[in-house]
Amino acid sequence: MAGLTGRMSTVVKAKVSKLLDRAEDPAETLDYSYQKQVEQLQNVKKGIADVVTAKKRLQMQETTLKQSVVKLDTQARQAVSAGQEDLARTALERKNVAQTELQGLDTQVTELEEQQQKLTDSEQKLRAKIEAFRTKKEVIKAQYSAAEAQVKISEAATGVGEQMADVGLAMQRAVDKTENMKARADAVSELEAAGTFDDVTALGSGEDDIDRQLKQLSSQPAVDEELAKMKGELEAGAPPTAPAAQIGEHSQAPAEEPASAAADAQPAEDGQA
Amino acid sequence: MIVRVSTEGQYELGDDLRGRLNELDDACQVAVEAGDDPRFKGCYGQLLELIRGEGKELGDDDLRGSDLTLPPPDITLEEAQSEFSGHGLIPD
Repeated sequence: MAGLTGRMSTVVKAKVSKLLDRAEDPAETLDYSYQKQVEQLQNVKKGIADVVTAKKRLQMQETTLKQSVVKLDTQARQAVSAGQEDLARTALERKNVAQTELQGLDTQVTELEEQQQKLTDSEQKLRAKIEAFRTKKEVIKAQYSAAEAQVKISEAATGVGEQMADVGLAMQRAVDKTENMKARADAVSELEAAGTFDDVTALGSGEDDIDRQLKQLSSQPAVDEELAKMKGELEAGAPPTAPAAQIGEHSQAPAEEPASAAADAQPAEDGQA
Repeated sequence: MIVRVSTEGQYELGDDLRGRLNELDDACQVAVEAGDDPRFKGCYGQLLELIRGEGKELGDDDLRGSDLTLPPPDITLEEAQSEFSGHGLIPD
């Protein structure tokens, strides 16, 4: 076979013989193989621990983002009722970014679950192989003379070496995917650090970074829509507004007061009885 | 003939399937060289189906080495083009 299978077989054989060349006599080959298998099992366990850590971290980020979404939504409502459309828009833009990130994180957590399952399968597979090999190596040692044993042992060790290389490959692929997910999780952390999901009332001017502005561009129609909806709800006297925070000055605009669309309208408090 | 699907397991196949495997393998190779992803996915999928369908899966206590090794089922075209010809795919 000259194609993919041929190339792959050559690579695997080279790896396996490199692994087995390190030991010389039959007993040593067996013990060396066994020792390598146990090491491989430790690596798989470490891989599982890494995936679990990455998953927990993503879940923590999810919690933080969910809180941000709720907070930004509340702030947007407050800003609308205070007639501060610019502030409401900023809050909604951030909420939009946070929601997009949240969806991404959700997918990543699912992917990590899959990787964890793959690694756990690898671990069980490897453990079964190691147990089978441990039993077999004692049988081989007991049954054969040195000359015969050499042949039997190299056959068994080749098969086991191949299995080890394969579990190693499965593990490497799972870990590589985990690394990618960690990198994406880091990207979310950076957005958080850049203040993307922060309290809008704490925002000074000119704090936007380029990433956020680009995301805002793509989220604009959604923001417009949501802003219009919020204004509609307020006009209908519907919305459950949470206790107002420090939006604008010290406004606690009532829902009945139709919010002015003017960008820098005064806080609506002077309309209050 | 024993065939390993990397990251999946080993299958025992009749030698009469060798010709069919060879054809599909060559077709995959051509698709990889042409950088044709849909065609590569298609014929690699057929190759895997043939092995899983016609082969008998080997148990954990079977310590025989494989005659052939196939790349992992989720291999990408990019990996097929570059990595596993060298030293990328199988770790030391």
